[in-house]
Amino acid sequence: MTTAHPLVRCPQGAADLLLRDVRVLDPRERIDARHDVRVRGGEIADLGTPEGLEQLEAEELIEGQGRLTLLPAFFDPHVHLRTPGQEHKEDLETGTRAAAAGGYGGVIAMPNTDPALDSAPLLRSVRDAAAREARVPVGFLAAITRGLAGEQLTEMAELAQAGALGFTDDGQPVQSAGMLRKALQYQRLCGGVLALHEEDRTLSRGGSMHEGALSAALGIRGIPTVAESTMVARDAELAGYEGARVHFQHLSCRASVETIATAKQRGWMVSGEVTPHHLLLTEEDVRDLDTRMKMHPPLAGEDDRQSLVDGLRAGTIDCVATDHAPHAREEKEVPFEQAPMGTTGLETAFAALHTGLVLPGTLSLGLLVERMTAGAGLFDLPLPLIARGEPANLTLVDLDAEWVAGEHGWESRSENCCFAGRAMRGRVLLTLAAGSVVYRERAFSVVAA
Amino acid sequence: MNHLLSIAELDRAGIERIITQAARFAEVSDREIKKVPALRGRMVLNLFYEASTRTRSSFELAAKRLSADVVNFAASGSSVEKGESLKDTVLTLSAHKPDAIVLRTPWAGAAELVSRWCSAAIVNAGDGQHEHPTQALLDVYTLQQRLGGLDGASIWIVGDVTHSRVARSNILAFQAMGAKVTVAGPPTLIPRHIEELGCDVRFTLEELDGADVVYALRMQRERMTETWVPSLREYATWYQINGRRLGPRQVLMHPGPVNRGVELSGDVVDSPQAVITAQVEAGVVVRMAVLYELLAGAKEPDPVARRQKTAPQPA
Repeated sequence: MTTAHPLVRCPQGAADLLLRDVRVLDPRERIDARHDVRVRGGEIADLGTPEGLEQLEAEELIEGQGRLTLLPAFFDPHVHLRTPGQEHKEDLETGTRAAAAGGYGGVIAMPNTDPALDSAPLLRSVRDAAAREARVPVGFLAAITRGLAGEQLTEMAELAQAGALGFTDDGQPVQSAGMLRKALQYQRLCGGVLALHEEDRTLSRGGSMHEGALSAALGIRGIPTVAESTMVARDAELAGYEGARVHFQHLSCRASVETIATAKQRGWMVSGEVTPHHLLLTEEDVRDLDTRMKMHPPLAGEDDRQSLVDGLRAGTIDCVATDHAPHAREEKEVPFEQAPMGTTGLETAFAALHTGLVLPGTLSLGLLVERMTAGAGLFDLPLPLIARGEPANLTLVDLDAEWVAGEHGWESRSENCCFAGRAMRGRVLLTLAAGSVVYRERAFSVVAA
Repeated sequence: MNHLLSIAELDRAGIERIITQAARFAEVSDREIKKVPALRGRMVLNLFYEASTRTRSSFELAAKRLSADVVNFAASGSSVEKGESLKDTVLTLSAHKPDAIVLRTPWAGAAELVSRWCSAAIVNAGDGQHEHPTQALLDVYTLQQRLGGLDGASIWIVGDVTHSRVARSNILAFQAMGAKVTVAGPPTLIPRHIEELGCDVRFTLEELDGADVVYALRMQRERMTETWVPSLREYATWYQINGRRLGPRQVLMHPGPVNRGVELSGDVVDSPQAVITAQVEAGVVVRMAVLYELLAGAKEPDPVARRQKTAPQPA
């Protein structure tokens, strides 16, 4: 039913380069070995034995010397690019520059902009802007309900024709089961995944952090994990009943993971995502009331964090999504309870997860790469592959590079990153998206042709 | 001590130092001339984002008795209503070089945040529902005067614990001083996990007769609109401290203002067990001690003693 091409970006030149003697790791292609990789006209033209390919004319040479690792470019199904209406936080250009710097070859932007992306003309205009400004390909979800108000469906079929990859009321969860059921039914006409931010507002209202010992001690109203998990249970059942496809966004607690595991066993078409911050941080990180640690859903307990890691490893949770949520400095430089929810994440996701989960041996690098790219498949987009003839969606990383998040500033317009100031190991040096070089680390020297 | 942000950052020795100093100032309060020159030429700024008459005037009186200059800044009717952020307000007022800022806000952690933005000593006069440390200190002082000490005392804090910064500071302060604290109230108004602060939790007053001290919290009428409890009548039936519930040897406390007929019956407010006015009186001397500790420092000569030498009081 979709007639427009699902992803858009600004025109950029096709890359011609030779990556010599790099470790190529692609879990889907079952490759983990040193290779020479040639990108010609934006396509992966050749995979050869190390030091086996000759540099061609007008081809950039990058010497890996066996130290650098080439991965399929990551894909993030959940970012906030803030266009239109909140460009003081981020826009299509800065947000996709942040994505490129994080090794992402594609992102999906949420529609909770101002105004919300709830009509085809608006969606077309934002896609047109992305075709001028976006450095990496961007897909868009449209709103499920008009103005994210939860009262009336958007013209979902027309939105799908205009290029909506799916639908979500992210940020303003659909409170009414009856309303969501209609959207699930309508999916038979319009297609597209319904991505759900699960939060029962009658349970979460007024809350600023996870309901636990810390919220009790700080006197800050807590958000109980059941605010999420009861909605996950409700909507998994609705999706099962209607035979619809739903994707659960930014999961945060054990009960939700268990519900999704059960739903999958029943054969219901559900998928889930988890953010780097929910995989790595807990309510303890909120103790100092650093507003960068304030996000929806809130950072929960250690047992919840553990269940999210286990769920990601087992595949109950299908992919990693950053929920990159930029906010201006003055918006976050206020008392905790007044601050808006959200942390940026695109520029730190890989390094944070590599440092926090791969290096200690919790997850293998291959599994992390699989989960950081799987989001594309969930929205019916081609997965990035390192194979001859595939478009070059590649990320070159130095797994041994040590850096401190934020030490050289950010590509994003905002700096509200929950990992800022943390020591990281693993750095993105080069990103290719849809055949073009979209990011090159400043200090990373290359040998020109 | 550079700031007073919370009871959580004080230990028993720190609390005792302040109440010992407060006891010295109490002697000044009984003199005909109630001022000491300890903070002459220093400026104390009261910055209040919530309506407060008692706490603000108590701080004002404390500062004036120490001969400090006092500036009151209320958020209503000021630049705050024109949209000025907390940070900008603090930076602007800091240009007047206050030595201490007494801060009351509806936001947890705001005092700590402000302490990072300016060089003045910050006194937390209530940050949201988090803490109200000077209230806890004056309550410890009052009990110390009344009981001689808190070690082993059983103290019940009764009422709306969820929305009470007084409860949080007092649980910590009473425990630090050796008391055993029990919180009691409707299950909707006792936060989950509050027992992890070290207190016991009860949902009825059946065992209240074991308490040495009954500390009733204010039951705010606006809680009814959010249906935290079904009605004030039902609340009073189960949790009001009245003549039937309060034993003759129990001490009754309340942070004020009292809702007579709701959390306390009129007869107990007027009973000799109630130390509510003593708490108010203690407020001034304890706040004097806090300001003195922050601005004059513990190492300086005792201001009361010095004053006695230089200007002896008439007998």
